[in-house]
Amino acid sequence: MHHDNILTSKIQGAVSSGRKALIPFVTAGFPSREAFWDVILELDGEGADIIEIGVPFSDPVADGPVVENASIRSLEQGINLDWILEGLSEHRRSLQAGIVLMGYFNPFLQYGMQRLARHGKETGVNGLIIPDLILEEAQPYLELLQEHGPAYIPLVGLNTAAERLQDYARLHPPFVYLVSVMGITGTRAGGDQVLRDKLAQVQETFDCPVALGFGLSSRDQLEHIIDLVDAVVVGSALLTHLDEGKSPGQFMRSWLV
Amino acid sequence: MRRGYFGSFGGMFVPELLVPPLTELEEAVVRIVPDKKFEQDMDRICREFVGRPTPVYHCRNLSRELGFELFLKREDLAHTGAHKINNTVGQALLARHMGKTCLLAETGAGQHGVATATAAAMLGMDCIVFMGALDVERQSINVHRMELMGARVEPVQSGTRTLKDAINAALRHWIAHQQDTHYCLGSAVGPHPFPLLVRRLQSVIGRESRDQMLELSGSLPDMVVACVGGGSNAIGIFHPFVQDRQVQLVGVEAGGSGNPGDYHSATLSMGSPGVLHGTHTFLLQTAEGQIMPSHSVAPGLDYPGVGPEHSFLKDSGRARYAVVHDHEALQAFRLLSRKEGIIPALESAHALAWATSGKERIKPGSRVLINLSGRGDKDLDIVRGQMSHVGDGVSDV
Repeated sequence: MHHDNILTSKIQGAVSSGRKALIPFVTAGFPSREAFWDVILELDGEGADIIEIGVPFSDPVADGPVVENASIRSLEQGINLDWILEGLSEHRRSLQAGIVLMGYFNPFLQYGMQRLARHGKETGVNGLIIPDLILEEAQPYLELLQEHGPAYIPLVGLNTAAERLQDYARLHPPFVYLVSVMGITGTRAGGDQVLRDKLAQVQETFDCPVALGFGLSSRDQLEHIIDLVDAVVVGSALLTHLDEGKSPGQFMRSWLV
Repeated sequence: MRRGYFGSFGGMFVPELLVPPLTELEEAVVRIVPDKKFEQDMDRICREFVGRPTPVYHCRNLSRELGFELFLKREDLAHTGAHKINNTVGQALLARHMGKTCLLAETGAGQHGVATATAAAMLGMDCIVFMGALDVERQSINVHRMELMGARVEPVQSGTRTLKDAINAALRHWIAHQQDTHYCLGSAVGPHPFPLLVRRLQSVIGRESRDQMLELSGSLPDMVVACVGGGSNAIGIFHPFVQDRQVQLVGVEAGGSGNPGDYHSATLSMGSPGVLHGTHTFLLQTAEGQIMPSHSVAPGLDYPGVGPEHSFLKDSGRARYAVVHDHEALQAFRLLSRKEGIIPALESAHALAWATSGKERIKPGSRVLINLSGRGDKDLDIVRGQMSHVGDGVSDV
């Protein structure tokens, strides 16, 4: 069981104090190489429960234009896993939030999964979200991650069948991430009842908190489902906000109510 | 456990949201493709619409000059002028049997887009083609052909604005429209079950060739040669020969200009294993796993990945992979046009150049079967532009 994982306790802490945990996502090196760690520190100071750091990839197939452009900008500035982990080893002690790396599999694979597990643990990475590493393909690495490294956090969708949810639930992840749209990050349309039903099913299947993400641009969207959600992930909306030169704190305050 | 793997290559590295449609497709391939009705429909379409079987041609003029027997599998004579149509009519028919109403495709230079639009029009289906914005500009004739056949062409503005970005965009679109849409992937690449499905549909090339060679020359060829971008024409002609251990299989990759530092498309020869577009295979990538741009004078070979089964055939030693540069392919393009009256696609000219450039010592008298995967009319603008660089002093043989 992963329930001693800081990610679980962070979300449960928020929930037991009567609010939803907030999980901001920022692509590493965004809005710039120089400003990035200040953004992370400010998000942390403003009460982020978990922070997702996006590891850039040249071909982010599950992302919308905002995250993809952030990824390209980040690569142009020479951001890579070494830079991220070095930054974490410098700043991790000042951060209260849980830290999750989110990125496509190939950069992790080329870095080496053993090495990632070891360095990830040393630098205080608590979890990994790898959108293109489904359960079957994650099998060779699950033991490694369970014993030594950051936890594998599953992404499930509105079209994920009940049996597959159970397969993922058997991993006892620190939390599960439900993708709220049948599309890509940063867009969303209708279908609240479908989402509600799936949320209820995910809550019932998993013994861990449930985070909802992809396509959330304001709190109002959560009105009809908020009772079934433990944590909320915000990415594209935050990147757009930061790109307009606005402060992380201002963004956090609009969500933390 | 290792579903969809060829040795250590292949797999299904996709967002969870794509697992249901890929599983649905996998089940359909098992259930529908072997069905008698599907087989009959496919036979009829291949015969009456595609123009199969395509002939094997013995190049008498070139064989005399080269000292070995050169045979061409004439996929250039298939409808729309290339092997691409074998895959698209098969997938379109499968999609119809699955109850899908829309075909989705990516395209680089436009050949697969045209072949998909063709199949969609024939079967009365909707068609959406994602194409890099740069390619839309470069290949306006193919955009026009697709639109004539009723397809909607969506220019892709992201990334390098070429084929790999079109694949990303098509996969994203599929995530959102999987209910009524089949993704008609254009090569033996991508997540399981695409490499197997595309191989199955393209193997008709090898099956026919094998029979035709036996009939024409009384024995199997000594070598089977094909160009490899994603590798669908190559896997199609290789697969039925894999069990014939005495037949050498040679895949030819595009080396680009050959100048140090220039981009190329020689993924198997110069790349390393990694994960792109849902599959574990050889890639052109940086040490940090970022995908590099690729380049070739032949637009259809211009891809930084390769079908996972080719990675396996390379690793296991059953096939070998060689590199041919732009100028060698252009020479072979001229050679075949002049000596045999056949204008090859620049892609196929790479396979031809491997055998005819004299770099490779081919035993006199051997029988070499080359997959002439497409016709070259589409490449005349490129060739006219390039010939001025190559100069006229190039000897033909």
